[in-house]
Amino acid sequence: MWGSKLPKFLFWIYLYLLVLLGAVIMVFPFVWMFLTSLKPLPEIYTLNWWPRNPTLANYYAVLQTYPFGRWFLNSVVVAIITTISMVLLSSVTGYALAKLDFPGKRIIFVGILATMFIPTELLVIPWYSMSVQWNWVDTYWGILFPGLIHAFGVFLMRQFFFSVPNDLLDAGRVDGLSEFGVFWKVALPLMKPALGALAILNFVGNWNAFLWPLIVTSRRDLFTLPVGLAMFSGEAGVQWNLITAGATLTVLPTIIVFLVFQRAILESITASGLKG
Amino acid sequence: MLSLSRRRALWAYAFIFLPLLLFAFFRVYPLFQAFHLAFGRWHADPGQRTFVGLDNFRRLFGDPRFLQALRNMGLYMVLAVPGQVILGLALALVLNALPRGRGFFRAIYFLPYITPAVAISWAWSFMLSPHLGVVNRVLRWIGLPAQSFLTSPAQALPTVAAIVVWQFIGFHIVLFLAALANIPKELYEAARIDGASAWASFRYVTLPLINPTLVLSIVMATGSPTIGILQLFTQVLNLRFYDPGGPVGSTATIVLYMYQVGFKRFELGYASAIAVLLFIIIAVITLIQYKLTARRID
Amino acid sequence: MLSKLGIKILGLCFGLTLIGLNLSARPITIVYWQYEFATKVRAIDELIKRFEAENPDIKVIHETFPYAAFAEKVAAAVPAGVGPHIVNLYYGWLPAWQRAGYLQPLPEEWFPAQEIESEFAPLVRAAKMNGQYWGLPTAVRTLALFYNIDLFEQNGIAKPPETWDELIDIAKKLTIWQDGTLVRAGFGMAPDGQDHHLVREVLIRQFGGTPYSEDYRQVLYNTPEGVRALKFYTDLALVHKIGEPDFPFPGVAGYYREGFNAGLIAMIVDGSFAIGTIQRGARFRWGVAELPRLTPDGERHNFASFWMHALTPRAQGAELEAACKFLKFITSPEAMELWLQMVGELPARLSLLNRPELLDDPIYGPFMRALPYSHATFFVDEARQRQIMIDAILRVIRAGVSPEASLATAAAEEQAVLDAFWGKR
Repeated sequence: MWGSKLPKFLFWIYLYLLVLLGAVIMVFPFVWMFLTSLKPLPEIYTLNWWPRNPTLANYYAVLQTYPFGRWFLNSVVVAIITTISMVLLSSVTGYALAKLDFPGKRIIFVGILATMFIPTELLVIPWYSMSVQWNWVDTYWGILFPGLIHAFGVFLMRQFFFSVPNDLLDAGRVDGLSEFGVFWKVALPLMKPALGALAILNFVGNWNAFLWPLIVTSRRDLFTLPVGLAMFSGEAGVQWNLITAGATLTVLPTIIVFLVFQRAILESITASGLKG
Repeated sequence: MLSLSRRRALWAYAFIFLPLLLFAFFRVYPLFQAFHLAFGRWHADPGQRTFVGLDNFRRLFGDPRFLQALRNMGLYMVLAVPGQVILGLALALVLNALPRGRGFFRAIYFLPYITPAVAISWAWSFMLSPHLGVVNRVLRWIGLPAQSFLTSPAQALPTVAAIVVWQFIGFHIVLFLAALANIPKELYEAARIDGASAWASFRYVTLPLINPTLVLSIVMATGSPTIGILQLFTQVLNLRFYDPGGPVGSTATIVLYMYQVGFKRFELGYASAIAVLLFIIIAVITLIQYKLTARRID
Repeated sequence: MLSKLGIKILGLCFGLTLIGLNLSARPITIVYWQYEFATKVRAIDELIKRFEAENPDIKVIHETFPYAAFAEKVAAAVPAGVGPHIVNLYYGWLPAWQRAGYLQPLPEEWFPAQEIESEFAPLVRAAKMNGQYWGLPTAVRTLALFYNIDLFEQNGIAKPPETWDELIDIAKKLTIWQDGTLVRAGFGMAPDGQDHHLVREVLIRQFGGTPYSEDYRQVLYNTPEGVRALKFYTDLALVHKIGEPDFPFPGVAGYYREGFNAGLIAMIVDGSFAIGTIQRGARFRWGVAELPRLTPDGERHNFASFWMHALTPRAQGAELEAACKFLKFITSPEAMELWLQMVGELPARLSLLNRPELLDDPIYGPFMRALPYSHATFFVDEARQRQIMIDAILRVIRAGVSPEASLATAAAEEQAVLDAFWGKR
């Protein structure tokens, strides 16, 4: 086959080049964005790539004009709580849908999936009236409640739980574990990559959520980062220097979260405990 | 004494009780409320909302902008779903195989997904500017003709689709990496020993085992609110903020139109009707996809 | 030692004092919403400070939101019974918001129509529906031609164009094409900026046509004159090649203005609301001129618009009174003076509009002088009608459709929109 014909060394070189090319395409706009954040406003529309006099002024402006630190905190609280909730509730539900048999399983799965098919833009209206009625407006709870569970999480965990061999579960049952024990002690530990993926993707999704946090909060100090970032645009002109600085600040924490999670969780598991 | 299956069923219900409650309260009920609006004429004062039956739907079927959005959705799907899924899987396989630098490259490929849409759309608008953008400068430098990209009705939609694929591919890469991590190395060893080629081991070991994730990826890329192409909205709005869906409606999407109807015209009844139709479309397409791609693992 | 009577009297005084304090200590709170714009926010804050000093029993809460999502917030808040008592909105949104029940008319007693019509600029009539006024502006805006004085001088151009032909000649001198790439545009074309207004209310009229009937319920621009006007505009890109839409950066908010600030475009048509952005961004000398006309003594036309303060259904009873007081305050001559200082927008009252120092001001003058001949289109679905004209223009420039066909398509669609609105009341 072609794999064995080519010298192995060359193959890897080609592969890395390809990956590198892809990486350049992936990262290019972000680099542009970052370099723009180092330029003062008038320089942004000149076409030079590097900033003439790189400056952190935009970052200072962003941090000083608005309570950016507070927004950061709000985003962190909301993203962490919803991610924990999502991971726990999704794994429990996904497991039941994948590995347990019960009447109505099909309908329930379809029903849960169907809740994804409606745009969030429309859901905000009933959510808002609910929030007003129950006094959740301008509260952390108000921002987080829609994010506590989502069909995506259930769907993901269900799909991944399919790969757990039933024999393993039965072995656990034979060993005297309760159903919950089987779930918690046998199935779940095998789900590290899935949980990691869900945590990362959910964290990012919540971190960048814009519309609902905007609708449910009016108090400036309760805004999340994306809502705050939107304050920099207006009818006549957008302050791109500030937006790109703000966007860079918004991205950094998610990169850190990603790096932490992916290293711990996305490494291939060995087959210990799994029969071939 | 309860039978085994009865007991298991009860456990299952116990497992899903709280999640289902949350779903019912925060997703299903609002969904019905929103759909309910589709049969009426919206008014800020609930007392002045009138019932109009299927009127909103009748209007929709004669609405040229809605129909244009529908046509666009077909094209978007054809471009963006295979784009995201196939490229996502391919990249995940490659990244998985790299002996060095995996963490670094994974982060790079994930970067577009985590950057706020408004800033990233601005960056792309700049870069794709037909006269002064860097992409065309590069094209001209290597001898290819400059392209109109987002400014031409013919090229705008494929360009937007490409940007969408670019932005969301990290999502699929993470999913597939997790799926690949679940495959015991021993299976590949066994295949190698049996003399299987790279392609064969992919086809007979990898593909079947990641099938559930593949289904997940396809369904998410199609109908989900975050990355689903059928619900595409934020990117289209931000890439051409003062002429969204343009030029000349060539990039218009259903959710964009729904948003304009609901929040510019405050016609939330009509907007809900659009949501209902979209719901049906997504449900049907998802069902078809599921039937075509899902296989049981044994 | 107090006698029994003494104690009673003391108690009575105490009680009365408490009641008195209670009555005067509880202020009426009203909420004012507008979108986030630094100078406007500061101006309203200052006005609130002055208002509250004069009216200690009223407290005004000022909340602002990102422009991109302002309408969504209102859409969700008002039906839920919360949100603002007074909301600031673009005049073009009035019919849609009114029909959906998001506004209430200004009470006649507080704002008699006759008073409004005699004291405010005539274009404020666009805030009238069903014989009632639904909002009042503090400021109005018109369009003018911004031009790059440095570029003009470098190319031997002494003064801004008076006629459209002059504009084309000047623009040709200033446009630079390099191997098929537009490097500098003589004229910034922005159908999705202000140019759709330019075609609709200025060019069509100057070429002898009429865009709409008096009551804005009939589309009248699908005539040979209208076609000539559209063709004139699209020819700027297709024939004279002095610019094109989406230059320099497509899709970016205010791209034509940013292009002007960057020196990549020599002339743009923009509103007075852009003055601040251009002041801050342009690193060259720039000037403002009235919009050109067809011939040296031809007709002048302009498009004027305004953001107005309106009442939501939430304002009732005591709060309605307080809101009306505040509204009167922020549309008073003093408020408009302050607004002009702080925000740089033209006052809406006739008494302030004819001041010589404003009319002769090099920057504000051209905008002010345009008011008497300005039209404010009465939109029923501003977003859609705007889109229709933008598409009409871009169909010709980008999709090779003829101006006749494009305008006909636009007219048909727009008439359908108008019919749908006025048909169902």
